[in-house]
Amino acid sequence: MCDTCGCSITPGNQQTAAASHAVPVLEGLLAENDRMAAHNREHFARHGVLAVNLMSSPGAGKTLLLEATVEALKGELRCAVLVGDLATDNDARRIAAHGVPAVQIGTGQACHLDAHLVHDALHGMDLSGIDILFIENVGNLVCPASFDLGQHRNVVLLSVTEGDDKPAKYPVMFRAADLVLLSKADLLPLMDDFDPVRAEVALRDLATDAALMTLSAKKGQGMAGWLGWLRAEQAALRRPRPAAARPHFGVLRA
Amino acid sequence: MHELSIARALLRQVERVARTHGHGAVRGVTVRIGALSGVEPGLLASAFPQAARGSRAEGAALTIEAVPVRVRCDDCGAESEASANRLVCPVCASPHTRLVAGDELLLVSLDLEKADDV
Repeated sequence: MCDTCGCSITPGNQQTAAASHAVPVLEGLLAENDRMAAHNREHFARHGVLAVNLMSSPGAGKTLLLEATVEALKGELRCAVLVGDLATDNDARRIAAHGVPAVQIGTGQACHLDAHLVHDALHGMDLSGIDILFIENVGNLVCPASFDLGQHRNVVLLSVTEGDDKPAKYPVMFRAADLVLLSKADLLPLMDDFDPVRAEVALRDLATDAALMTLSAKKGQGMAGWLGWLRAEQAALRRPRPAAARPHFGVLRA
Repeated sequence: MHELSIARALLRQVERVARTHGHGAVRGVTVRIGALSGVEPGLLASAFPQAARGSRAEGAALTIEAVPVRVRCDDCGAESEASANRLVCPVCASPHTRLVAGDELLLVSLDLEKADDV
């Protein structure tokens, strides 16, 4: 039955059917967000800013990683950070203490950032002196995956204190990742339930070629790979063809 | 729970489309939700009436067309149904697959009351 030829109209529903008409739309539910994300992306492009959306569960170490990262890149690449948080500005203050611009985005009850929130926050930030803008999303492996912010790259942290099957449990998030960081790797010797190989198998089951790296921001282990990735992505922005091949390495192929 | 945000965005879209078709009430809204879209159909269905309150879609029936995940393999060419967390080719196990269905998040159509009934 369809709404075109009238085959859906029976004597019983004739009144109802005749009183209404179907209007086809076929438009994305997030069209409004996507338009704003495209606007943000143009804004980043105009200023030569690499925008990196950082996502993870709460407590996977996003803020500590950012603190170590902006510190390591000091004098080389100018960083700024937008921090999405439900209630406090603790994380933004931690990052600002390292002397980089950090703007807090209070999301209230919202469990994710959207393109409009990021756009509003950009009004409080001068992008002309920035090379890399990190967007620290709300700690949540579900909701942030659905909202394009205008970022160039998605980085997802999976800490070794979590389950190594997280990519199988949150496929939408991990499929969106351009880079997966196994964080808090200094704890690996203690966390014998977490197997990095199993984590990568679950990731590869999503048919993604996202790079996977293991690091500890706290102990400074594995930071060189991550910093190198950032440098390469930032440099790729300035090339006429930004489609740099994704480095293909991880636990399985190392 | 981002389904309430999605429901609100949906309602804004519904209002916009309905406005271009006269003044009638919205009786039905049909959306298409893929299994890999990140949106839980049940949660959207329960958020919808709340988001619709006070709009011209208040009381409208929400129809959700659930779309299963399908992948096409670049290596063997097979097109198969897949599960959300296993997107490699079910036929030849190649990781070089492309999603052909399952990430939809679409407003498909509206069922509008005819203006002359109002």
